[in-house]
Amino acid sequence: MVPLWMYLTVAAGLFCLGVFGVLSRRNGVAVLMSIELMLNAVNINAVAFWRYNTTIASLTQPAPSELNGIVFAAFLLVVAAAEAAVGLAIIITVYRNRRSVDPEEADTLRG
Amino acid sequence: MELPLIDITNPNTLPWLIPFGPLLAFFIITLLTNRAKWLPATDEHYGGHHPDYDGMDVPIVADWSRVVSIIVGISGVVAALLISLNLVGQALAIGAGTFGEEVFASSIEWMALGDTPFRIGVMIDPLNMLLLVMVPIAVLCIFVYSIGYMANDPRQSRFFALISLFAGAMLTLTVADNLLVLFTGWEVMGVCSYMLIGFWFEKESAYKAAIKAFTVTRVADVVMLLGIAYLFAMTGTLNFRDILMNEATLEMLAGTPAIILGSWGFSAAGLIGTLLIVGTIGKSAQFPLHVWLPDAMEGPTPVSAMIHAAAMVSAGIYAVIRMYPLFVGSGDAFGAADPHHGLLSQPLLLMAIVGSFTALFSATMAVAQNDVKAVLAYSTISQLGFMMAALGIGAYVAAAFHLITHAFFKALLFMASGSVIHAMEHGEHHVHEHHHHALHSGHHDEHDESTEEAAEDMAEEHGVSGHAEPPFDPQDMRNMGGLSKKIPVTFYTFLIGGLSLSGFPLITAGFWSKDEILADAWLGTMEGFGPHALVFFVLAIAAFLTAFYTMRQIGLTFWGAPRTEAADHATLGGPRNVVSFTMQLPLIVLSFFALFAGFVGVPTDFPILGSIFSPDHSFFHHWVIYALPHNEVFHVDAPPFNWIPLLTSFAVALGGIWLGWRMYWRKPLQVGQEDPLINILGRSVYTTLQRRYYIDELYGVLFVAPAKWVAKQVNVFVDKGLIDGFLHFVARAFTWLGDLFKVLNKWLIDGVGDGIPRAIYDLGGWLRGAQTGRVQQYLLAVLITILVIGLFFALTAGGAVAAQ
Repeated sequence: MVPLWMYLTVAAGLFCLGVFGVLSRRNGVAVLMSIELMLNAVNINAVAFWRYNTTIASLTQPAPSELNGIVFAAFLLVVAAAEAAVGLAIIITVYRNRRSVDPEEADTLRG
Repeated sequence: MELPLIDITNPNTLPWLIPFGPLLAFFIITLLTNRAKWLPATDEHYGGHHPDYDGMDVPIVADWSRVVSIIVGISGVVAALLISLNLVGQALAIGAGTFGEEVFASSIEWMALGDTPFRIGVMIDPLNMLLLVMVPIAVLCIFVYSIGYMANDPRQSRFFALISLFAGAMLTLTVADNLLVLFTGWEVMGVCSYMLIGFWFEKESAYKAAIKAFTVTRVADVVMLLGIAYLFAMTGTLNFRDILMNEATLEMLAGTPAIILGSWGFSAAGLIGTLLIVGTIGKSAQFPLHVWLPDAMEGPTPVSAMIHAAAMVSAGIYAVIRMYPLFVGSGDAFGAADPHHGLLSQPLLLMAIVGSFTALFSATMAVAQNDVKAVLAYSTISQLGFMMAALGIGAYVAAAFHLITHAFFKALLFMASGSVIHAMEHGEHHVHEHHHHALHSGHHDEHDESTEEAAEDMAEEHGVSGHAEPPFDPQDMRNMGGLSKKIPVTFYTFLIGGLSLSGFPLITAGFWSKDEILADAWLGTMEGFGPHALVFFVLAIAAFLTAFYTMRQIGLTFWGAPRTEAADHATLGGPRNVVSFTMQLPLIVLSFFALFAGFVGVPTDFPILGSIFSPDHSFFHHWVIYALPHNEVFHVDAPPFNWIPLLTSFAVALGGIWLGWRMYWRKPLQVGQEDPLINILGRSVYTTLQRRYYIDELYGVLFVAPAKWVAKQVNVFVDKGLIDGFLHFVARAFTWLGDLFKVLNKWLIDGVGDGIPRAIYDLGGWLRGAQTGRVQQYLLAVLITILVIGLFFALTAGGAVAAQ
């Protein structure tokens, strides 16, 4: 069985990749995609922790109270989808107004 | 307080109304008919009469307002005259003896002073009855004259208001039945003289003269008020008849040693008398306090006539005659002083010396004056000295007689000299206009030379300099000459007045009154009394000088050929036709009195004339003696006829007139010629006389300069040093305190109050920099923060683990 640390390592790497993407990409869509990477890293963590906290016996027939990790992951996917929809809408609106999706340039909320 | 109902059929209450008319006129003119606009005076308004208004904003009174003022003013005096004459007629009907006992009097309670209520009231007795003839007639003449003389003055209404008040004050004084009411009139006259002498207050010399007159008489009035206060303290009343007709009171006053100088033999009556006489010395311009009267001629000429004849200076002599028993009754016991028998009390001696000295002293000054009014001013002082000296030797009837006759002829002389000045101003005006057309001719240059000296005098006096033409002095007699042909009415009336003043024998009023003084003095001298002899000889010399300077004045003014062009063109005519009429009519009326007023006092035993005019007794003498208590001191007969004083009187009058005629009429002064008097007296003596013996300068050194010095020291040490020093210290202390608070305010209150918002603002500004609006930077910040917090927790958790 693959030990937990490996999952966590992969998730952390994936998260770092996402963070790097969010911070460095000059395309709003790419930023959005990097956020999805970070969310997926969280999903991996959630599923991995769930798996290590749950006994093997109950894997085939788990009690409803033992489904929390998976449910979290499912919720996260839904939230990610909704976020992507909203994010894309914002990006399209920004593009319409500025002919650019570079987040560096969208600084109207500057103080 | 019950007010008496004034019943015009009752002679006792009627006197209240005598001063009422002029006083009411004063209020009406002041409040109602003095409507004026402030406009720059033009030539039309003053007609060259008083050049100092030139270009100045003065209140120009509308013509209707002037006319109404004149009517109101004259109505007041006419009312006073009619009431006075009515009362005098009633008194004459009663007869002197009875009237002296039962005078017209009424009084009201004025204020309660402790247990003695103070009463004020009016009284007419045989003495002030005579003044009630003289004052309203003279005043009326002065009023009528003023219509013409002041016709060109833009402030004629104000003039009539003030002169009405003046007349009202004199009449108040005349009808007063007690010393305080008399003193009230006395002081109101002081104010009026101040305002009228300074009537042309644009002129520096005029307002200075006004202040001088006011100040000098005030010095005397304070002393007099002390006398009044002492008298009231001693007797509890100021009523004339209560004090003077009451032998017990007089004896008490004479028997009580005075509070000061009592050990030197001064009785209370002597001290009170002396204090009252000092008041008279001030008011009647006697020797040490005479300096104000010559300057008082700075006022308009009718005012001079008023002051010199009808009102102000007469008041002093009148007050002395009124209080005469008090001065007499001041020996060791009542009756001890009897001037007719050589027993003089201290006040009488003072009067005899001051009066005779003043008479001679100012007569010498009058001799050297060049100003036509100045001669008359010194003459007034001199004549008042005659009266004062007469009073000092007990000749109170003669003094009263001379007071009345002098009032008539001096009023006449002043107004005649006013006509001369008026005519000269017109002449000058005419010449001035003439020269504007025809520029300067040789004739004009000559005229300039002759007036050069006078012009310099003028410039010095008036502080005028830098004029293109030297100011012309229309009052300087050296500029006149030959006026007898230009203004004949003025000449003849002036001559009558002058002869009366000189005491021209038999046909002038001045002769009879002056002769009576000399006769009285001679009577005393014959009985071997020192003061009487002094008075007789000094007055004789003064009378000689009087005749001389009067002839000099008339000669210089009217005789010979005109010495200037102004004199050549002199005329009384003016822009208004009434001018010459109103100016000449009073002169004619007064010259009648100047000639004939003396016949009321012809001595009974005078050869021939005595039996015509005074068959039983001298009318005047007979009346005046009944004003005083009935005893052997006051009820004296007129001095018996004696040839020596009569011939002396003839000699001095005719001698003076002859000398004056010889020097100034036979060889009239030529253009540019010096006064022949300078050669006779020597220039230094002449200058000394002309400069009034330098007494003004002496007073300047003695009183004015020390007063100024003290004022300066007070200014420097008390005012600037002490008071200002203290005030500056207080100011500095509070300024320092204020500065302290200011610093505190800035530093603490403003610092905190403004600092907090500023700090917040700055912080906000600084924090704003972090808000770049860039999402990725925000995220980076979030990341770093999370890392820091994570690291912190990791470290502390690690620590916690290690601690376990």
